[in-house]
Amino acid sequence: MDAIFLQILNGLDKGGAYALIALGLTLVFGTLGVVNFAHGALFMLGAFCAVTLHRILNISFERVSETQKDFLGNPLKEQVPYLQEWFGPQVSEFLLDWSVPISILLAIIVMGIIGVVMERGLIKHFYKRPHADQILVTFGLAIILQEIVRHYFGANPIPQSAPDVFAGAANVGNWVGLGDNVIYPWWRLVYFMFSALVIFGVFAFLQFTTFGMVVRAGMQDRETVGLLGINIQRRFTVVFGLAAAVAGVAGAMYTPILPPDYHMGMDFLVLSFVVVVVGGMGSLAGAVLAGFMLGILQSFASMNEVKSILPGIDQIIIYLVAVIVLLTLPRGLMGRKGVMED
Amino acid sequence: MFSSLSRNDWLLLIVFSAIVLVLPWALQPIGAAYPDLLQKFAIFGIFAIGFNILFGLTGYLSFGHAAFIGVGSYVAVWSFKLLTMNVIPAVILSVGMAAVFAFLIGYVSLRRSGIYFSILTLAFAQMSYNLAYSVLTPITNGETGLQVRAIRQTAETSLRDGDVRVIDQLFGIPEVGVPITNLFGMKMSGYPGFYFCAVLLIICFFIAMCITKSNFGMMLKAIKSNQNRLNYTGIHTRPYLISAFVISGMYAGLAGSLLAITDPIAGAERMQWTASGEVVLMTILGGAGTLVGPVLGAGLIKYAEQKVSSWNEGILHNALSALPDGVEDFLVGLFSFFVGEGWHLTLGFLFMVIVIFLPGGLMEGARRIRASFGRDNSSKASGSKTVSQPAE
Amino acid sequence: MNMSAAETITEDEDERGFKSGVPDKVLHIDDVHKSFAGLHALSDVDLDVRKGETHAIIGPNGAGKSTLLNVCVGRLKPDRGAVIFDGDTLTGKAPHEINQLGVARVFQTPEVFLDLTVLENVMVPALSKRDGHFKLNPFAAFTSEKKIREEAIEIIHNVGLHAQLNDIATSMSRGDKRRLELAMCLIQHPKLLLLDEPTAGMARADTNATIDLLKKIKEGGMTKVIIEHDMHVVFSLADRISVLAGGRIIAQGTPEQIKNDPRVKEAYLGEEQV
Repeated sequence: MDAIFLQILNGLDKGGAYALIALGLTLVFGTLGVVNFAHGALFMLGAFCAVTLHRILNISFERVSETQKDFLGNPLKEQVPYLQEWFGPQVSEFLLDWSVPISILLAIIVMGIIGVVMERGLIKHFYKRPHADQILVTFGLAIILQEIVRHYFGANPIPQSAPDVFAGAANVGNWVGLGDNVIYPWWRLVYFMFSALVIFGVFAFLQFTTFGMVVRAGMQDRETVGLLGINIQRRFTVVFGLAAAVAGVAGAMYTPILPPDYHMGMDFLVLSFVVVVVGGMGSLAGAVLAGFMLGILQSFASMNEVKSILPGIDQIIIYLVAVIVLLTLPRGLMGRKGVMED
Repeated sequence: MFSSLSRNDWLLLIVFSAIVLVLPWALQPIGAAYPDLLQKFAIFGIFAIGFNILFGLTGYLSFGHAAFIGVGSYVAVWSFKLLTMNVIPAVILSVGMAAVFAFLIGYVSLRRSGIYFSILTLAFAQMSYNLAYSVLTPITNGETGLQVRAIRQTAETSLRDGDVRVIDQLFGIPEVGVPITNLFGMKMSGYPGFYFCAVLLIICFFIAMCITKSNFGMMLKAIKSNQNRLNYTGIHTRPYLISAFVISGMYAGLAGSLLAITDPIAGAERMQWTASGEVVLMTILGGAGTLVGPVLGAGLIKYAEQKVSSWNEGILHNALSALPDGVEDFLVGLFSFFVGEGWHLTLGFLFMVIVIFLPGGLMEGARRIRASFGRDNSSKASGSKTVSQPAE
Repeated sequence: MNMSAAETITEDEDERGFKSGVPDKVLHIDDVHKSFAGLHALSDVDLDVRKGETHAIIGPNGAGKSTLLNVCVGRLKPDRGAVIFDGDTLTGKAPHEINQLGVARVFQTPEVFLDLTVLENVMVPALSKRDGHFKLNPFAAFTSEKKIREEAIEIIHNVGLHAQLNDIATSMSRGDKRRLELAMCLIQHPKLLLLDEPTAGMARADTNATIDLLKKIKEGGMTKVIIEHDMHVVFSLADRISVLAGGRIIAQGTPEQIKNDPRVKEAYLGEEQV
């Protein structure tokens, strides 16, 4: 019982990341009809927003230390962040400690802009082109984005830390009366909450705003909405920006769990595609459901007990599920008729 | 059997063969005439021709063909380890095993079309890749890669200590030092290796040509053009698609075995999906659906890879030294992004540029240029025939 | 209620010597029922098509004509009932199997192979007729199919497309594509040809040309089922007419009988006159 509960918990944070990426992916599918292979790269860029913010906050100048001296009594030089100089050590400490959550703001702005530019500059021209072309051109873009990141940040993962408050693990077992055996890192819990919040926000946005209504109508029947004289173009741009921003914040918040490197986007992209397909192309709820489901499934598959029976299952479980779902339920778990069917 | 080919086709085949066979001399001026690179041209040419049979003719975009390259390589190395260093069994077994894999994957993946097919093939390729690194390490030797070793001395020791090579031992073929692949005694490295690959490339090109011009090829093109119509015309498209998938998988398996023949080591990185993406790029760069295009694309990509990744700032400074210093520094700074380690960046840009501006690939570009020079009616008529395959 | 009208007419015909159930019945639609999300597209449809006749199915928009045709060719599966063609049940068969039994179809919007030439477009169905639904023949030359090529050229000539023999189909006009599609069906010498509004969106001259063409085929004794809106076309081609309204057959008979049937006037012709 403990073990099962723990595995479900373990799947939640990864599932949250899958769900957030898949959400944007399927939103873009459903509204713009575009297969975006660069969506994983957007997740990766979001993660590097967090890295960048941390570095910006750390920009320092050198000065002669007033307190520290070397063994000869000469004053030492020390690195002082500008932040500390301007706002005092407490604020500086606080900002650096909380750099990952704060980077959400940066990620939203930067990724929103990148998304809009990408849609206006590139994706727009590919609405009418075959899916193969869309796949290929965004694949090319993904390579470019990840190579640029590698150029500036190097090939090695760059660890980021969560705020001290969330260091350590929560005794989740105690809360639900399972004893002290089930402990779970705080930050993962935060990530799960956060992803749930973002998902909820996106759904609320689509459900309760006029804008969202038009977008949903567009997912149902693009042509009709276009015929109604609604400027669907501008909305497409916003949708793409939104999807990019969601992927971005998902990436930024994930950095304390998985140190970002330049190819994390590709790794997550393939999985997210599988998530979208399993959930059903164009189905937002399906993407979220499948994201969490596959995350949890993967964490179950990596249990030692399971691995001893089916060696290697943890490596392929997601793909296996995708193959089975695609063959039995052609439209995925919650896919609608007529979306991306040739 | 060969009546399918017109005189022009035979001419094309002869010209193609001649060009391939004189490559070691023809490529000397551009510094590409060394065996390693030439072998790569031929091997990836074969891979791209095979990929084109699926993608170019039927329009089904597979993102998992690298898996068959991997299968081919592993099988070939195992053939070296267990049977003989002679390349013939390796080639046959690799192609056969790739066909089996392609049939299994194709049978499942081809139940869906369009983007779903692409993702299914991608999923299978990733599965193979992940398995090769984890559970299958006894077969693939994991990250180290599978290599040939000297024949083991005593029967009690395991395969870890050395290879068996039953056939070689049976015939008492002597072995000195590191075993080298051979074709009945002829060493398969350097130029002989290239010529072996080149001959296979020509054979593969010929087969692809026959397929393209055959009834079978016509059906494949019809699938790309209008699959719905074809169903109502009484054609069951799935067996056609599966055949095309298996054939292209066999080409990939052959390419994989040749990689192992020219350099007897097999690693899982050949199966990564970026490798699948690379063959897509080769095909569209040259021109999907054309016969020569994919080979041309493969050659250009491999050449560019070799060259661009060997360049560095020093070379750039030399090349641009004629320019004013400021401009030179600026350009060197700009280009240095793209060379050396930055080869993948160049690749990404190439990808985008081709898809955006020249979706028909170089062959289509050449046709357009020819058309714009307007050899009036005659060229128009033949031109309109060759466009029959706008690349997807 | 409506059924009774249809039955009376069939009985009339029976007296004149045409018996339903006699072997010359090529297509038999037996009590077919199909609904989409509770909406009855087809209810209790019974229809017989006799060998060699041109049978027109008419009816107002949304009467279920296209649904009926789609049930016949296996695109839709009926909820109940069966379609029997020449002794074979078509229901549940894949489109290619149905075609191999000898049923060809012309679509409402022309479906041709846009990337292939006119000649190739016609040769593909010919090969399908000769070789069956699948033949792995990667070395059989497409260009050396002399017999098929000659026949294809002849049929292309008959439909009046010989000037465009080697053109790529994508550049053709809609009317030409439709004629090409017809040629693709004719080369298979189908036992039954289904035509879905073969003159939709055509100018009068083109329509007349198509009528002449279809009349010419009739001389070959091919059975045809034609769905049509244009009464001019229907009355110039049809031997018998079935009227579909609200998913039911409300009348069936010769053009004369249909012209004079009050129910038909009410349901269909009346509407046209308004």
